[in-house]
Amino acid sequence: MIELSDISRSFAVGDEVVHALDRVTLTIPDGDYVSVMGPSGSGKSTLLNALGLLDRPDDGSYRLNDVETTQLAEEHRAALRRDHIGFIFQAFHLIPRLSAADNIGLPMILAGIDPKERRTRIDEVLAALDLSERANHRPDQLSGGQRQRVAIGRAIVMRPDLLLADEPTGNLDQHAGGEVIALLEKLNASGITLIIVTHDPDIGSRANRRIRMVDGRIESDQTDAHD
Amino acid sequence: MRTTDQLHFASLSLTGARTRTLLMLLAMSVGVASVIILTALGEGARRYVVDEFAQLGTHLLIMLPGRSETTGGAPPLFGATPRDLTLADAQALLREPSIVKVAPLSVGNAPVSYGSREREVTVIGATADFFPIRHIRLGSGQPLPLIDPERTLNVAVIGAELRQELFGSQATLGKWIRINDRRFRVIGIISESGESLGQDLGDMAVIPVASAQALFNAPSLFRVLIQARSEGDIKRAERAARDIIRARHDGEDDVTIIAQDALLSTFDDILRALTFTVGGIGAISLAVAGILIMNIMLVAVSQRVSEIGLLKALGAPERRVLRLFLIESVLLAGAGALLGVLLSFLVILGLGHAFPSFPITAPLWAPLAAVGVALFTGLLFGVLPARRAARLDPVRALTGR
Repeated sequence: MIELSDISRSFAVGDEVVHALDRVTLTIPDGDYVSVMGPSGSGKSTLLNALGLLDRPDDGSYRLNDVETTQLAEEHRAALRRDHIGFIFQAFHLIPRLSAADNIGLPMILAGIDPKERRTRIDEVLAALDLSERANHRPDQLSGGQRQRVAIGRAIVMRPDLLLADEPTGNLDQHAGGEVIALLEKLNASGITLIIVTHDPDIGSRANRRIRMVDGRIESDQTDAHD
Repeated sequence: MRTTDQLHFASLSLTGARTRTLLMLLAMSVGVASVIILTALGEGARRYVVDEFAQLGTHLLIMLPGRSETTGGAPPLFGATPRDLTLADAQALLREPSIVKVAPLSVGNAPVSYGSREREVTVIGATADFFPIRHIRLGSGQPLPLIDPERTLNVAVIGAELRQELFGSQATLGKWIRINDRRFRVIGIISESGESLGQDLGDMAVIPVASAQALFNAPSLFRVLIQARSEGDIKRAERAARDIIRARHDGEDDVTIIAQDALLSTFDDILRALTFTVGGIGAISLAVAGILIMNIMLVAVSQRVSEIGLLKALGAPERRVLRLFLIESVLLAGAGALLGVLLSFLVILGLGHAFPSFPITAPLWAPLAAVGVALFTGLLFGVLPARRAARLDPVRALTGR
């Protein structure tokens, strides 16, 4: 459960102060599928960073699973990110010198999980993403779609309850992008909350809740009726 | 995060940037090697000098006729005093219990010949005790006989080189050689023990001191070598020797006494200080290597900004990122240091082969200290880049802004 109330974040750009988030209030229940759209500079990436605890809002309250996060020490926020949040980036951000399997295992290494346990979980994830054949390939030996699948594997290997995807198909062709979205929707169907920031209306319209941002505010917030 | 995982991750980062890592290792290993090699050279010089002095004799006092004034100046080489230092003076010294051996010396140059061959060499007039005091060993034959020092006797002990020059492959012991106009029977040959502080033992002849005085017509002795009973008796022997000579020379303090061990320990101190100094100069190159590590790690941080952002997004707190980068610099420094130790040992081995007479060995503390300093440098100069990495804002790092 995500509860934002009156979240504000502003940046100084030259002499001007840009309000990237302007008193945003938003509640997202567990298992929701949300797309965030809007023009460049509307604050949608800033919202995603705030949700992912990468950025600290200037003002307001953010409760994640009933924990007030804005006052937490950095150490504690890092632990929350590690255990509850998976990130998927437009540029994949795979570590080039590590194999696909090692990239997927990285969060578990940082969390200090036993190597045997890591091995089994990596194998599970590789199998689920249809990447078992590519386990020992380095990122430069993989196609764009495969790279993003590895990145998704890395995002879910810690079994988070929130997936944050920032333009996940931005660097992919139509076909690979479709596959990635399908994979993310499948994960959402299994109960993980999915929030996608995108420019692409085709992708944005697939979510059952669609948020549109302009100038740091939520302009519209539409939810399809549940069946 | 487990320690093995941290090490593994850091070493993967290093092997990932191969050229950079190799250059860094080179710089560090040259730094460490130069410290070790320079201290080894310093230590070698110290040992060389110590060995040379030890060859000259132990607990040794050297008495010279004449007195150097307190105003300075070198001690006089030849008697610049109205009173001679005589054989009787030397004999008198033996009354002092702290003095165990005395060797009065009379020295001059003279032509030595056998048949048609002639050679100008240093002729030393000495007594039987001269040989043990100076640690001179004989290759064959006898040393000078134990006779009253005032007695002349026409026997000679000659150096190996002189023997070779005069006799070639002929048998030598028992043959008569001619020194100036007198004939001496060869009774012993000094073994080829090389040089002693520049004095070639191979190219000289030793004859009884009274014979040498007659030969050179010089009643005064050139030197008296005095051997004290023990290390602790050196001071006492020196004082006693001075008192005895003063009493015999009408209360005139007209000899100079040099204590060999004092000279040795001064040299030892000086050379030890020198070793530390050159080691310190070598350490400058270690510091330079440290700065290089900092530079390289700073480049690594800026090249891996997005990776650092990723680590943070995946839940690595600041101190974890800090530690990962510190481990990387320390690994770099450590591996470089080990290479340096290896390199220095190879160079020292090579030098040892090239100059076998020079005892070059690194003291044990040198590699230990060098590796320690290298690791410390890696840590010290790793802090700044690691902190920069740890403090990166993950949002900026990930978006490349």
